[in-house]
Amino acid sequence: MPDYRWPDSEDRSLIGKRVPRVDSPLKVSGKAKYTYDVKRPEILFGKVLRCPYAHAKILSIDIRAAERMPGVKAVHVIQGPGSIIHWAGDDVAAVAAVDEVTAEEAIRAIEVKYQRLPHLVNDAEPPTDSDLARLPLGVDDINEMLDKGVPADELIRQIQREGVTARVSENELDELQTIGVNHAVLDAIRGAFVHPSGEVRRANYRKDPVQIQGEPEQAFAAADFIAEGLYGASAIAHCCLESHGSISEWTDRNHLLVHMSTQNVSGIAGQMAAPLRVPAANIRVHQDHVGGGFGSKFGPDRWGIAAAELSRKAGGRPVRIMLERDAELKVAGARPSAYARVKVGAKKDGTLLAWHSESWGTAGPGAGAMPPIPYVFDIPHQRLEYTAIRNHVGPARPWRGSNHSQAAVITMCALDDLAAKLKMDPLDFFLKNLALTGPMQDVYREEVEIAASLMEWKSKWRPWPKSGVSGVVRGVGFSIHTGGGRGHASDCDLSIHPDGSVEIKVATQDIGTGTRTIILMVAADTLGVPMESIALHIGDTLYPPSGGSGGSTTPGGVSASTRRAAVDARDALFARVASALSAQPEELESVNGTIRVKTDPQRWLSWQEACSKLGAISLNMRGRNPNRNTPPDLTGSGVGGVTMAEVEVDADTGVVRARKMVAVQDCGLILNRKLAESSCYGGLIMGISYALFEEKIMDRTSGQMLNPNMEFYRLAGFNDIPELVVHLMTGGKYDERGVIGIGEPPVISPGAAISNAVANAIGVRVPFLPLTPDRVLTALDSREQLLEKQPGA
Amino acid sequence: MKSFEYASPTSTEQAVSLLAREWGQAEILAGGTDLLALMKDDIVAPRRLVNIKGITHLEGVSADARGLRIGALTRLSDLAGHAEIQRGYPALAEALIESASPQIRNMATLGGNLCQRPRCWYFRNGFGLLPEDETGKELIAQGENRYHAILGNDGPAKFVSPSTIVPALIAYGATLKLESPKGRRELPLEEFYRIPTTEAEREHNLQPYELVTEVSLPPAKYASAAHYEIRHRQAFDWPLAVAAVVLRMNGRHVQSARIVMGQVAPVPWLAQEAAQALTGKIVSAETAKLAAAAAVRNAKPLSQNAFKVRLARVAVERAILKAASGGTA
Repeated sequence: MPDYRWPDSEDRSLIGKRVPRVDSPLKVSGKAKYTYDVKRPEILFGKVLRCPYAHAKILSIDIRAAERMPGVKAVHVIQGPGSIIHWAGDDVAAVAAVDEVTAEEAIRAIEVKYQRLPHLVNDAEPPTDSDLARLPLGVDDINEMLDKGVPADELIRQIQREGVTARVSENELDELQTIGVNHAVLDAIRGAFVHPSGEVRRANYRKDPVQIQGEPEQAFAAADFIAEGLYGASAIAHCCLESHGSISEWTDRNHLLVHMSTQNVSGIAGQMAAPLRVPAANIRVHQDHVGGGFGSKFGPDRWGIAAAELSRKAGGRPVRIMLERDAELKVAGARPSAYARVKVGAKKDGTLLAWHSESWGTAGPGAGAMPPIPYVFDIPHQRLEYTAIRNHVGPARPWRGSNHSQAAVITMCALDDLAAKLKMDPLDFFLKNLALTGPMQDVYREEVEIAASLMEWKSKWRPWPKSGVSGVVRGVGFSIHTGGGRGHASDCDLSIHPDGSVEIKVATQDIGTGTRTIILMVAADTLGVPMESIALHIGDTLYPPSGGSGGSTTPGGVSASTRRAAVDARDALFARVASALSAQPEELESVNGTIRVKTDPQRWLSWQEACSKLGAISLNMRGRNPNRNTPPDLTGSGVGGVTMAEVEVDADTGVVRARKMVAVQDCGLILNRKLAESSCYGGLIMGISYALFEEKIMDRTSGQMLNPNMEFYRLAGFNDIPELVVHLMTGGKYDERGVIGIGEPPVISPGAAISNAVANAIGVRVPFLPLTPDRVLTALDSREQLLEKQPGA
Repeated sequence: MKSFEYASPTSTEQAVSLLAREWGQAEILAGGTDLLALMKDDIVAPRRLVNIKGITHLEGVSADARGLRIGALTRLSDLAGHAEIQRGYPALAEALIESASPQIRNMATLGGNLCQRPRCWYFRNGFGLLPEDETGKELIAQGENRYHAILGNDGPAKFVSPSTIVPALIAYGATLKLESPKGRRELPLEEFYRIPTTEAEREHNLQPYELVTEVSLPPAKYASAAHYEIRHRQAFDWPLAVAAVVLRMNGRHVQSARIVMGQVAPVPWLAQEAAQALTGKIVSAETAKLAAAAAVRNAKPLSQNAFKVRLARVAVERAILKAASGGTA
């Protein structure tokens, strides 16, 4: 049985070390080729005509004038007459021409008639009146509420209020009865108003079934202290520095070559096949480097399909559509917004008892989902309400740690407010309730202590100021988070050639996280050869498939499949050379470019000599993850992390500056310490951006985004980045959990930590991120008014 | 971007003869840091570009007893590093350093900075300078106006004057030289700006066929000066409020003051009330506060920008105190 286990720390030559990423020289010298840089012979430039309205019906499209223009090689209608547009900037038609200027002139020549429809681009708190338009309940909704343990009286109330989508048959009712649904509920379903089919209105607001755990009402009654507050984070764009886009070309009538900026090389062909009416096997996707995805680059997108259609119409000539900066910010995805009114209660001694949240948010045209609140802490008694707002701000996509950063803001800020009310140091308050975090509690305890020492928390933390503040004031805050995904499905081919060279092929992608580097490190560590002697090929569907880079799943997936392939190849090589060393294969080891007998290192062959014994045919092994037939599982899931922030607030201007950030993070077995630390640095910087600056600003009249550029869609610049301190958890108990991705977790807590630090500095909560000067001043004013009314409040 | 004609004159006479009688026909290209973006975004679509970078005598700084003369083509980075400006006009030097990212400062010219178009996001997204909805209602008054004007906003113009250098120049008493086929004229810089009342007008009183050639600064001896910006980001950002202050002192007393606010009105805002409030006084926390309050006394915030009134006041107050305590060193 091959031994795939990760080597013990004393046997690791590379794993866990600080190794610079192998593509750095290419990137800093400008030699790395991004999709944006790809030049193909006879290339045509594609441009997309975008709808200026946030909500409209397309009545007619006339493309004749565009088709007749000199230099225009193809025109393709993306959404024809009758289509409904749900956000400003949505794709209507595309043109391919010999240069960009001609393509732009051609899209201006396309005549589209629209019927404008009413739009909604705000995501303010839903109206509370009882007429709030809702969708009637389906059987699935009712089942979901039963699964979630919604009490019978609440269930009946909702059924009576919303009605049902269709008559529920007696058979279905019998089934419900057999799983224990009581008669009153069954009667309510029987008597419910059935909405006539086709008359169900797609409402802007959809309230989810209420979720209840424990007995929240009684628990609040038993609480000594209750904090109530408003928290949230606005919709933000992914703002990839390399915009979305691709270059498509038909190499013959049935075969397509696509260069695409993506985090999902292996998953693109399958998504393009149906719309293009061609087998996925006939689509080759290639990418060398990508300038950011953050969760927004998993699909080919409509403009990617359009580029392929234009190429087909243009006789197969390559067609390039890369989004302009404004389109990138308007249509290429956004993190859903999330807001909540939260009530949270505790006993005098700080024991957390009860949580009640009325939350809402928007994911654009699709219904969004409630973030996982209360986050990390499983508070015993909970009542959770959520209203999804469907509106016309543009489509949402997963954003680095889907919904976790919003959940952290809502939860950790509410708990911080409760700590302030209890007059407790939030550190002590969190530690007191750490048991509610479940199996990770010991990790959190250890991390919080390390973070506190790195931040000098005990000397910096002061209770919230009791009176008004002016001038520049400082504060500290923190938040904890989880996340971290088990390795995804990934295949890996590893070949050892008779000349001693090694080759690895995986259709994964390096989205800037260092995937190339960790694959090479794992293979080199396993084979005992230098990383430089291994040729690595990624980013092409010609290679074995590997999952998309989302959910922090890539390091686990590619490292496990590489390890398996490398162990198998090494063992096969041992079997070939064992007789030459007068040993059994299992007595051999591969170290420092030699293959030698473990117990007698004087008996050795150089790597080249050993490989020459392969004869003419290379050794080729495929590694797979997951592979339940050959344990162990080399990957794990679920991490714990702590972020602490120290900020400076100018109480006269409302301007907030981060002064110091501390991240303490675990990610199981660390493959490359430098890269893992880089993930944390990047997470902190991205966290400062969404905490202080980022926001999609929508004009209510036109429904358009007003800041689709990088001067008013602000990201942190060098001067906004303070001292960053990163500490990674290492050692046996972390190593034995296997490899866990760290791409997302470090970005989850900075928003909450910075918000808490600002509250600590000025003595009042600024409810929503980003913490802009106007919001900070508004919060300070509300505190002034409160202090005038009740001195000492 | 639409196709256009490109001309590269080598004299100001040639240049102004290539300009048009109406706005929109021809545009002057110097550093191009604003114009090219406006063209790419389809906000302006001139038929002709007149590249003036070949008119070499428009570049450079000369100093004599009458003060400083700065050619309109002088780049911001060169100006910021100029010894005479650093020594004699430190508040201007600071404004220059803060005025843009390094790449932009290396390309942008002083003339271009004075003539740059507003950053108003309605204007930059193609809604026009004085945007209205279909029913003729002002888009900005009912829309996203957090960064818009708090002063001079009674008419349809709600944008703010973009230059962060102009307040310091006006505070130092800069004058502007203009050239056209009709001849030359010179005017105080504050008179160059005006509040447009129709889409056909621009936010300055440059004629479509006129060229900014030179900025003159009087000697600034015995002046205490400061430039102060309040920005959301610490990295380059368009400020939320700017104040420039030049005080001429008589012993401990302010003999005269020029206080100019930026980013608060469709034009750079010379705060006469603030200057009067300070004249004859000793600068203290108290008098600075009173002068700053006077500066924004007539402010009328829009629906979302009341906070800018406070920021403008704080900027003026801090600029006065900074000037009095030795100013921008």
